[in-house]
Amino acid sequence: MTVKNILKGGTAAFVLGLGSAAAAQDSSFTMRMLDESPSIDPSLIEDVSGSDIARQLFEGLMNQDAEGNVIPGVATDYEVSEDGLTYTFNLRDGAVWSDGEPVKASDFVYSWQRAANPETASPYAWYIELMSIENASAVIAGEVDPSELGVEAPDDSTFVVHLTTPLPYFPQMVTHTTTFPVPEHVITELGDAWVEPGNMVSNGAYVLTERVPQERLVAERNEMYWDNENTSIEEVVFLIINDENVALTRYLAGELDRTEVPTGQYPSLSEEYPDQAVSVPSLCTYYYNYNLRDTGPEWAQNADVRKALSLAVDRDVLVENVLQAGQIPAYTFTPGATAGFEVPEVPFATMTQEERNEMAQELLAGAGYGPEGEPLEVEILYNTSEGHRQIAVAVSQMWQQTLGITSTLANMEWQTFLEERGNGNFDVSRAGWCGDYNEASTFLDLMDSGSGYNDAAYVNEEVDTMLADAKTAENPQELYTQIEQIVAEEMPVIPLYHYTSVFMLNPAIQGWPYDNVQGNFYVKDFTLSE
Amino acid sequence: MLNYILRRLLIAIPTILILVIISFVLMFAAPGGPFNSERPLPPQTLANIEARYGLDQPYVVQIFNYIKNIVLHFDFGPSFKYKDLSVTDIIAQGFPVTLTYGFWSFVVAVVSGVSLGVVAAIRHNSKVDYAAVGVAIGASVLPNFVLAPILLLIFTLWLGWLPGGGWNGGQIEYIILPVIALSTSYFASIARLTRSSMLEVLNTGFIRTARAKGLPMRRIIWKHAMKPTIMPVLSYLGPAFVGMITGSVVIDVYFSTGGIGQYFVNSAFNRDYSVIMGITILVGCLTILFNLVVDILYAWIDPKIRY
Repeated sequence: MTVKNILKGGTAAFVLGLGSAAAAQDSSFTMRMLDESPSIDPSLIEDVSGSDIARQLFEGLMNQDAEGNVIPGVATDYEVSEDGLTYTFNLRDGAVWSDGEPVKASDFVYSWQRAANPETASPYAWYIELMSIENASAVIAGEVDPSELGVEAPDDSTFVVHLTTPLPYFPQMVTHTTTFPVPEHVITELGDAWVEPGNMVSNGAYVLTERVPQERLVAERNEMYWDNENTSIEEVVFLIINDENVALTRYLAGELDRTEVPTGQYPSLSEEYPDQAVSVPSLCTYYYNYNLRDTGPEWAQNADVRKALSLAVDRDVLVENVLQAGQIPAYTFTPGATAGFEVPEVPFATMTQEERNEMAQELLAGAGYGPEGEPLEVEILYNTSEGHRQIAVAVSQMWQQTLGITSTLANMEWQTFLEERGNGNFDVSRAGWCGDYNEASTFLDLMDSGSGYNDAAYVNEEVDTMLADAKTAENPQELYTQIEQIVAEEMPVIPLYHYTSVFMLNPAIQGWPYDNVQGNFYVKDFTLSE
Repeated sequence: MLNYILRRLLIAIPTILILVIISFVLMFAAPGGPFNSERPLPPQTLANIEARYGLDQPYVVQIFNYIKNIVLHFDFGPSFKYKDLSVTDIIAQGFPVTLTYGFWSFVVAVVSGVSLGVVAAIRHNSKVDYAAVGVAIGASVLPNFVLAPILLLIFTLWLGWLPGGGWNGGQIEYIILPVIALSTSYFASIARLTRSSMLEVLNTGFIRTARAKGLPMRRIIWKHAMKPTIMPVLSYLGPAFVGMITGSVVIDVYFSTGGIGQYFVNSAFNRDYSVIMGITILVGCLTILFNLVVDILYAWIDPKIRY
């Protein structure tokens, strides 16, 4: 044991001896995670908490600033070819791995090939495909060798990407953790064991020093990081606390700097701790799918009925009385917080609820259902959770009161729910979608008849064409507006609300990116106030 | 005796094998799979992953390979959900944790439970007895998922004496709350079992004889009454010990100890097949082992029992 380690151990014991309220005092940032991350290997990351960890340990070509704008990361700048198909990134000189080896363009080539390689079996291989990189699909399918992927390193500081279609938001996409570099020289030597503390070599502001599954993950300042002198926080600690109420108790006891606010507790917490309780818009939509398959209910084929049910839901009541944490009522599928997206005018967004209810009753009666027509019975399928239940209860009450529809609630354990929803065994099912990148297509692509996430099985050829056109359009907003208007007219889904990220944050932490709707944060940018 | 132990251990092999097969069948009968999520994977990606984990093979081949890897390499496979970890990693990390807090819970539950039961029985129908029964009933009706948050509120938030969770290498202040929460209900059962057993023993002829001889009470209790009293308690302690050292999902969830108790429930929800199997086999083996230990202890305590 070195002197430094002994000192460190001594400090730890001392801090513990003082009790639990010491977490916020030293120069560390401690936050809660819901569950152990499936992986912290950038190529394999599949969840938000894994990305949150990797964003501290690694650095990609581009970073995001506090507003979510793209700023230089390992790359200082980039050039785009005139046809928009070739991106050339210039890597900075000082970028090194935590073992002192320089970060080379070939590390990016290796990393992207590795993510697409079928042998890696990455659950996020599709992201490489989504970036429209040449040969991505063929590599993932194992038809060609990973070396055929459209990425190259002409020299150590130049990384070139070849796309099949021009993507205006491509630079935004390389802030995603799947595109982060991994150290080829370490992985070839250690194999899968490279992710273990002590083995893991990274190029971000912090390095992994401790990982106890289902308990904690600790990362300490990386002295080799090119911008190390501007890093203020010494240590980042992720504590895995499954229960959100326990996490809140521990936050209030001073053990955590950040934790999520449990459902329903935001009003009281924001009153008691106005400087700590935070609610900011995030890039997610909560919605209900109709089952538009032939095997689904007959009434769901009728757009008027679908519209009636959607109109009869009072979104204001949902967000103000049920959710109570600043969520935003949804009348379009894409959240207004999405970069460059102007929320299109859809007629039912500007009506009063009385007008909507009236229209809903007319539409339903016109379709031959409801009190005077054929009685309608709707089953709402959701995965077991108190929050989802409350929403479903409220929605079914609204349908009952406004339209006289009887609805039953069906809750299922998560995996069973996914299976049933995927197989189309439902009338109406809940869903949530969070953007993979900050551009409207990450939402509207779900309306594509070929999308694997189109659980409603919605098919509209016009929408499909427009979505394809939007990919290459100079200004896609016009197409997005039209798509949202068609969706509001045909209503294959019922958008209910746009999420907010609701959490408690130690007021001593300065620099949290409240305005980054993707919630991507870089602890290296934080400081502690005195 | 040695013969008996050997025979029992031999019977354990087919028992475990049946356990493995039944678990496998139940597991695959459950809808869903380890790689389903809110956003379904594209078919090609899913196929790549399933190939990597051998899930594209027929079930029979999977079971065979699974058992083969355990027998030949003692390899329980990778976790399907936690891709950075193997099942062996998970057990190697989590089991010492649950073993530690489980062992101390056992000690606390047995020492306090037996003491309280004995005292209550000796002072039968006195205020001490009523108080002891009251405490035991109170402890048994207080489930640990209620007790755990209450302990957190009192000791972490209000008094600030103990950390609200984590393990930190098993330092004493991290162990106290889990031990209290886990041992309470076991303590209650042990106290009640001991009390009723002791009452029965105290009413038997040989105790009356001992009293008539004028032996001091302490000697009667320790020398004569204790052994027969402990017999029924002992058969409860075997499974209770296994229950405690394999942890509890409630303890792991509320105190974030990182123990294996939570995997019982989580791995089933996650359809993390290899972890489900690993944990099932671990608990199966421990149960068989400690039932055997209890039987051996029986023979040692009660000379009438011979195998």
